[in-house]
Amino acid sequence: MATVTTLDYDDLPALLTRLTGDEKHDTSSLSTLDVLWVLYDRILGDDDRFQLSKGHGPAAFYAVLAAKGIVPVGELDSFGSFDSRLGYHPDRMRAPGVEISSGSLGHGLGMAVGAALTGRRVWCLVGDGELDEGSNWEAVQYAGRVGPGSLTAIVVDNDSSQYGWPEGIERRFMLEGWIALRVDGRDHEALEAALRPDLEGKSRRTSGSRSSPRRSGPTRSASIRATSMSASANS
Amino acid sequence: MIGVAAGLALEGYRPIAHSYAPFLVERPWEFLKLDLGHNDLGAVLVSTGASYDAARSGRTHQAPEDVTLVAALPGWTIHVPGHPEELERLFRRSLSGHDRVYIRMSEEENHARVDGGGFTVLRRGSTGAPLVVAVGPTLTPVLEATAGRDVGVAYLATVRPFPHDGVRDALAAGTDVVLVEPYLAGTSAAEIAVALRDRPHRLLTLGVENAELRRYGTGAEHRTAHGLDAAGIAGSLDEFLA
Repeated sequence: MATVTTLDYDDLPALLTRLTGDEKHDTSSLSTLDVLWVLYDRILGDDDRFQLSKGHGPAAFYAVLAAKGIVPVGELDSFGSFDSRLGYHPDRMRAPGVEISSGSLGHGLGMAVGAALTGRRVWCLVGDGELDEGSNWEAVQYAGRVGPGSLTAIVVDNDSSQYGWPEGIERRFMLEGWIALRVDGRDHEALEAALRPDLEGKSRRTSGSRSSPRRSGPTRSASIRATSMSASANS
Repeated sequence: MIGVAAGLALEGYRPIAHSYAPFLVERPWEFLKLDLGHNDLGAVLVSTGASYDAARSGRTHQAPEDVTLVAALPGWTIHVPGHPEELERLFRRSLSGHDRVYIRMSEEENHARVDGGGFTVLRRGSTGAPLVVAVGPTLTPVLEATAGRDVGVAYLATVRPFPHDGVRDALAAGTDVVLVEPYLAGTSAAEIAVALRDRPHRLLTLGVENAELRRYGTGAEHRTAHGLDAAGIAGSLDEFLA
């Protein structure tokens, strides 16, 4: 492989243009772009895992992967074509840097819980509309009781839930023993602070306790966190 | 549950998931398709209840469709053991792999275990004789129903991948095949068609009927109702081979 050249946040609009063919791209047009950038630019380490559960509309994801040298920039032009590794819903068996194949809503959070049970630090991005799928709440409840080592659910809240979440999405997570925060989905500093795995200085994952179910309730909530991002644009 | 299993598999673990077949296969079927299949992750799914073990529990706990559903997805190995010792052997073997395995447990069991691979010829008929293929726990009633008949009898405990060559070889010069499955009748009919694609043949498929019985009672009563006890199988053979 050629020498990897990483690009900057300011390069993302050009990368998006290659993906979509649209002439002009404002970074604000994609609700997930900023949180993806912050994750890949400031948060994720070599041993960490990011799972894009919200696999529909992956343009921002591919653009960030390309900016970070994980996907060759030239491949963005092939988006969705027969031989492309970059489909409209990501396929982990084809696309480099894609941890899970997704696109059908409500699958990622369960897989993220499973991966986190092994001791991985896992971040999983879901949409607020996606949370309409009941499978998410099985995962939220199970994680709340079992307490996987280090799991962060990132909820992009662009008000696309069919029926909405009275009192806010984060309340649902908190009821199940998660730490929940709401930040501005465009504010990189706020996102970084919210996504740091050592948030609040609580104890990190320990290898002995990862997979043993805890029945003591919210005492294990230290490292499962939901970050809701207010982001008005659709993606 | 299947999603969590897939997440464990992502990190190199060998997940084992277990529940009644309706809740292990039918309800989360799209998770089998995507989280395990499309993500190309392995797991061992072990179901209980089979087609009508939970006769008293009614339709909610009965899944004669489970093998059809799993078999519709690519890359699954499906075991239908007919004896507890076969179950243990197949289960232990499954643990060491990285593939997708479905093991269908049942309270129904044959009188004796069958050793050997997935497809075993137990009896040979004369040249041109029909071949009866018994799947899993149907073997004991099949042996009773075929006693004294000039037919070959083969046993199958691993139904996917299907042993096309085994069936083809066992049938030899014959043309008539009877397939007896403990789940939906005809589940593997298309596999027989593939095995014998260039040979004229006749096929009788016996199994659980694709209609709701709407009865409780015992598994034995359900087996009789579906014509899967020895008398029922014998009657079907009489008709087909007449």
